[in-house]
Amino acid sequence: MSQAEGGRRKRRSRSRRSRLGEWALIAIVVLYAAGLLLAPLVAIVWGSLAEGLRAFAREMTSPDAISSLKLTMEMAVAATAINTVFGVCIAWVLVRDNFWGRRILNGLVDMPFAVSPVIAGFMLILLFGRTGWFTALTDALGIKVVFALPGILLATVFISLPFVIREVAPVLSQVSIEQEDAAFTIGASRLLTFWHVTLPAIRWGLLYGVSLTFARAVGEIGAVLVVSGGVSRLTETSTLFIFRSLDDRNYIGANAMAVLLAAISFVILLVIELLKKRTEQTQTV
Amino acid sequence: MSAQPNLNAMKPIASPRASLPWGKWGLRGTAFLYLGFMVALPLCAIFQNGFSDGLAAFRADIVNPTAFAALRLTIITAVIVTIVNAVMGTLTAYVLVRFRFSGKGLLNTVIDMPFAIPTLVTGVMLVALYGPQRTLGAWLNSHGVQVIFATPGIVLALLVITYPFVIRTVQPVLMEAERGQEEAAYTLGASGWTTFRRVVLPTITPAIVTGSLLSFARALGEFGSIVVVAGNIPGVTLTAPVYIYGQIESQNQRGASAMSILLLGLSFTLIVTVEWLQGRNRSTYVSG
Repeated sequence: MSQAEGGRRKRRSRSRRSRLGEWALIAIVVLYAAGLLLAPLVAIVWGSLAEGLRAFAREMTSPDAISSLKLTMEMAVAATAINTVFGVCIAWVLVRDNFWGRRILNGLVDMPFAVSPVIAGFMLILLFGRTGWFTALTDALGIKVVFALPGILLATVFISLPFVIREVAPVLSQVSIEQEDAAFTIGASRLLTFWHVTLPAIRWGLLYGVSLTFARAVGEIGAVLVVSGGVSRLTETSTLFIFRSLDDRNYIGANAMAVLLAAISFVILLVIELLKKRTEQTQTV
Repeated sequence: MSAQPNLNAMKPIASPRASLPWGKWGLRGTAFLYLGFMVALPLCAIFQNGFSDGLAAFRADIVNPTAFAALRLTIITAVIVTIVNAVMGTLTAYVLVRFRFSGKGLLNTVIDMPFAIPTLVTGVMLVALYGPQRTLGAWLNSHGVQVIFATPGIVLALLVITYPFVIRTVQPVLMEAERGQEEAAYTLGASGWTTFRRVVLPTITPAIVTGSLLSFARALGEFGSIVVVAGNIPGVTLTAPVYIYGQIESQNQRGASAMSILLLGLSFTLIVTVEWLQGRNRSTYVSG
């Protein structure tokens, strides 16, 4: 009896000790994450509201702020659309097609993740800048790329290129070819098959990739800064607006726009979380 | 960022249907043209520009004191951040997978924040908290600790930006790992720490390495947050990407190209290593 009791007591004390360790580990992680991620967030919201809501609203309704937000949204939507269409094509080619050079393509897809954004912008200057490879061509066509909107769009597209491909490819490789073949055999055209069979199967992965692309496109600074030249207000995105406000020591403006961009990212983040749950569900089914 | 698919393992299955050759070639051509124009061609431009005046000029561009100091600072801070991430990321993933506590869902969401929030905004947020005139920053300053416009600020910014990488690579592996072995070791009398070290750690080590390499590559190229936080004093707090930006602005394209080539080479090697590691893991899973 005493032995059994001793054993029980031992087990209990042991579980209490591991419970203590467990709580210590949880506390370390929660404190680390909160200190690293939440404290700066609280500080910036506090900072942007320091001079009252009216100052916040005034900064956000200034013509520069509004035009920069508009440009950011336009560029992000355009870049996301381009990368979605080409991304699905490339994912399909990488998963379903087998040919010489597939691995090279696969390597190229990863490059934008390996390239610093500043380098991405710099590459566009080397191609389209004053002594660039294509400057004669674009001049002849009357298009201005660098220090203009096409350059910003190209930079944004480059930076956000891999997301759709990397999210769609694994989902696509799980879609059975039999279903597609069945639809095709029944007489559906290739486009119809894609629209009614393939697309519904990959939709959550695709949407996940699209929202990651959009988030990245909204927040890009390095590449856009190099390409836009930074001076003209016509080519000023929201992140460039923050950058210039910091230079002008307009900290309320910079903070206010940063809070707004953070809020937009939060909405995207929530969408991403929802989509992730959805993709996990469909993958386990 | 989700795990990248290993294309070596995904052998395309021959489809029985008679394929339209021009449709297939059209898609192939689109993929080649798009990636060629968007990715390969710009890379060629950098290499051409960097080596345009020969190898000696390239070498001189790298070993000039400012460039070299910038490169050294970038690598040192990236190494520090990667080590911290390897420890804290693994711990966070372990806590998220193995323990139950209220607020776990929230923590899991907050961890993705650095992926969604613009890096420039992260920089502004850190200045708002640690800037010399702000509450915490002023207090730290009075105790002789300068965060913003100094190296600690760079490390802090990189820690925020790269926090999710190790967590997001370790988490799925931990979830799939069988708990039976862990419980067996525990029942046999091993302490929690011994169990972790001898049973859990060997399983997740490849994932930790992968995540760490990814966060290292990310830290090498980081610009948006650092340009705000670092103060960018040449030779002291000027990192390699900010150095490249400065060279572009002062019209020294060859110098910018040389540093770009070096950074590209480093991060490309890392990414290839990651792909190789992932491929190797997958094949051991299949054969085991």
